[in-house]
This record gives sequence, C-alpha cells and structure tokens, in this order.
Amino acid sequence: MTAPAPATETAMADTPPPVDAATDTPTPRTRREGKTLGAPIVLIENVQKAFGANHVLRNVSLSVRQGEVVVICGRSGSGKSTLLRCIDQLESIDGGTIRAAGHLMGFKEKNGKRIPLRDAEIARQQRDLGMVFQNFNLFPHISVIRNIMLGPVRILGRPAAEVRAEARALLDRVGLPDKENAYPRQLSGGQQQRVAIARALAMKPKVMLFDEPTSALDPETVSEVLDVMEDLSHQGMTMIVVTHEMGFARAAADRVVLMHGGEIVEDLPPEAFFTAPTSEHTRTFLSKILSH
Amino acid sequence: MNWSWSYFFDYLTNGLMLQGAWTTVWLSVVSMVLGLGLGIIAAMMKMYGTRPLRMIADFYIWLFRGTPILIQLVIIYTGLPQLGIRLNVIEAAILGLALNEGAYLAEIIRAGIMAVDKGQHDASRAVGMTWRQRMWHVILPQATRTIIPPMGNQFNGMLKTTSLASVISMEELMRSAQMLAQIEFRVLEVYCVAAIWYLVLVTIWSAIQVRIEAHYEKPFGPAAAVAPEAEKELKKALQQAGTAKI
Repeated sequence: MTAPAPATETAMADTPPPVDAATDTPTPRTRREGKTLGAPIVLIENVQKAFGANHVLRNVSLSVRQGEVVVICGRSGSGKSTLLRCIDQLESIDGGTIRAAGHLMGFKEKNGKRIPLRDAEIARQQRDLGMVFQNFNLFPHISVIRNIMLGPVRILGRPAAEVRAEARALLDRVGLPDKENAYPRQLSGGQQQRVAIARALAMKPKVMLFDEPTSALDPETVSEVLDVMEDLSHQGMTMIVVTHEMGFARAAADRVVLMHGGEIVEDLPPEAFFTAPTSEHTRTFLSKILSH
Repeated sequence: MNWSWSYFFDYLTNGLMLQGAWTTVWLSVVSMVLGLGLGIIAAMMKMYGTRPLRMIADFYIWLFRGTPILIQLVIIYTGLPQLGIRLNVIEAAILGLALNEGAYLAEIIRAGIMAVDKGQHDASRAVGMTWRQRMWHVILPQATRTIIPPMGNQFNGMLKTTSLASVISMEELMRSAQMLAQIEFRVLEVYCVAAIWYLVLVTIWSAIQVRIEAHYEKPFGPAAAVAPEAEKELKKALQQAGTAKI
C-alpha cells in the first residue's frame, strides 16, 4: 500500500515554468484556462509522524507547485489534518523533510546537519504560510479589523494606517465591508471563517492551508466560504485544502489527493479522480461520500 | 450606656483616620500591582518553565499560601534584621503583602491561562507569533477575562488584609484607630469608624469592579443574538432599574 509514484509530479518538478496544465485532463473547463503553474513551492518528502504508538503519517510525499490548488480528502483519522499541521509546524515531524515557501520547515542546516529551530525562528517561517482552521479560531477579545491587523502591525511592525487600509480591502474581498468593528461573537460561522481567511491573507502568505474550513459551518453558509476560496484560487494563490466538499474539488482543484491510514493512496487531477480512480480506497471513499 | 455620638462623628472626620484610610488604599494598590507581577511570573514559571523553575514556583506558592500572612509580615520586619536584612516598615509591609498576594494570584492566573481555548494557541502560532507575542497579544488578554472576577475579590480581601500590617506598626487605618483608642479610650466609637471606612473602601471598589468586569466581558457578550434596537431597550431598562450600566 505504498503511495502510487506520482509520475506527474516528478515530471512537473523537472519542467521549468510555465508548464501550464499539461498533465491535466484536457477537458475544456473555463476555470483553468490560462492558469500557469510555477515551480514547486511545497515539497514534502517521506514525512513520518507518530503520536505515541499511533503512526499518523507514514512516508508521506507530496509536491505542490506555485499557484496550484490541491485538495486532500480521506476519512477522519487518515492523517490529512496532521499533514497540514506539520506543514505549518503546528506539529513537529518525526522524519522526512518539509520545504515550504523557501523554508526547510522546523530546521536549519548547518554543516550538513539538521538543527531544530527555536520558537522565534519557527514563527518567522510560519509567517509565509497562512492557515485557516475548522473552528475559525478568531481572536475573540478584539474586533474584526484588529484581528486582521494584529499580525502585520504587531509581528511585522508595519504602520497601522497602511495596514488598516489593506485590512479594509481584504474585508471587501471576502464580502464583509461593514463588519470591521464587530466582534467575532457577533458574526455567523461563515462570516467568521471569511474573516479568518482575511486574517491569514493579511500576512501576505505564499501558501494558504485550509483545515476543513467548512466542516463546522451551517449548511447555508458553506457556499459563501467556498466562493471566497474559489476566488482566491483564481487569483493564483497556492492552496492546500483539506475538505470533503467535492464540489469545490471539482471546481477549483488542480489535483485531488486521497489519504488513507497515514499514506497518500491517490493523487490525480479532479476529472480522473472522480471518474477513473486507481485505488480501491478512492472508490470506497467516493461511493460513501457521493451516495448521500 | 456609654456611647458618644460626638466622639463618633469626631473620629469620622479625624485627620489621623483619613490619613490611615488613604494609606490603606495606596498600600493595597501597590501590593496588589507587585503581587500581580509576582503572580504572572510564578504562573509562567509553573506552566512553561523548566523543571527547576517549576519547582521554585511550586515552593513559593506552597510556602506563602501555607503560612499566615501575620507570621510572614513579622518575619520580614522583625526576623530578617537578624540576617542583616533591614527593611523599613513600608518596605516590609509592601513586600509581605505582595509576596502573599502573588502566591494566590499565581494560581488564579494559571487557571485563567488554561481556560483559553487551545485553538487560540494554534491560530496565533499560525499567524507567525513568537511565544511572547502569543502570550502578550492573544493568550493573556483572553485569560484576563477569567482572571478579573477572582482578582477583584482578592483586592477586596487585600483592602482588609492590610490591617494586619498594623502589627509591624505600619500606619494604615487599623493602626490609626489603635492610636486614637489609646489616647481617649473611646474604643467602640473609634473601631466602629474604622469599620465604616473599610466598608466605604470595599463598596467603592465593588462599584469599580463591576465596571472593569463589564469592560472585559464586552467582546464576549450576548450581542450576537440581540438586535441593536433590543439592545437599546435593554440598556434603558437596566438604567431605569438602576442596576448596572452596560
């Protein structure tokens, strides 16, 4: 049950940009027209992670190119959230390498040896990655606009007036221009999640990570969040999205990855993923998720 | 019956009593602020420190919560000079009260920090904050909400605990009353006045505490469910009832 050698990946990695969606299914879908993918910006190699005796990630390798949208799905406990958390260094890894946004995540190399980074150095790496959580995790004690401004002003030390203008533009972009002075508690789940996306974008990340961003939402607010994410993908943001929203995968993903038992068992363009999956696990997963 | 209203009213506005009451206020505030600093440091050491730091914090909390404040004050003022450490009355009173308060506040602060949702740590790390930035901008401000009510009660207690500093001749409210009682032996009148002054101080503090709590509660209030008009109505009703202002 090893991960199927992602032949497309190595090919992509070696080809200089712009390669365009050469390896994609040639079905004409307007959304991907003219989309240009760059060099790999996230490169995960043989990552291992265990919580005690529980082996959560086994030899996971994944490469994501600049501008690419990768959807990761799988049953709960398959390791998909842990993989995202490892990429953003919210969890440390037990083996392998994660390179993201130009950083060797969690380590520095010195005389060929790897030295674990200190807290402040990890924080510096994390600034280049944006993360959106299932439970939004907005800062409840400050207003929406200050949630968005906190990072750029307090971490990067940028002038508040300049950041405020950017934060307002971001709120506009996620469709909440009139909510800047509201507290998180006063917003619906969908609105909170859009603010959370704006907060992550305010740091101008090179990669956005989404950890089940719509799983905690009321059904009627799911689409407003997905719309923002789709919009983001059209603007060329590199995104890794853990989700069960197959509609989003169809509409916005360049690749869909299935995890099972801590391994990547499928890695295909959406068209092929849904119509011609190679793994037994994918077929089981799809039959379950599409049956209701 | 031998109760004299004239002595009573005389003591009520007596300069020595007023001065004593004022001393009680600033002694309480200074000790509380220093105690808060000690409490934060001890809580941090206990929660995030290395093993030796944790043990030091545990020992400190154990020692100062396990012995009477009266003994702590007496040891600091009259015992330490034997070791060559001489503090004047004010220094000794502040040090004793702050050390004692810090031990209690450490546990309150620790509980407050632990009550902050785990997702807040994740979110602040994901934004790229260092440990200090996470603590300062995200965790402590939220812990404050949990910490404020018990801390207010601690300060209420502090206003009265300062009376124990009278035994080391700190000239606060209790000491003023003692001195006046020794001059004219109107014991009942003078201590009743002292009691009234404590009541006044505590009542003023309670009013301040309500406002502080409301301030920190504001972001978490039930505003999500309440429409603006309904909120206005609610405010009006509360003001008319004379309870609290929002």
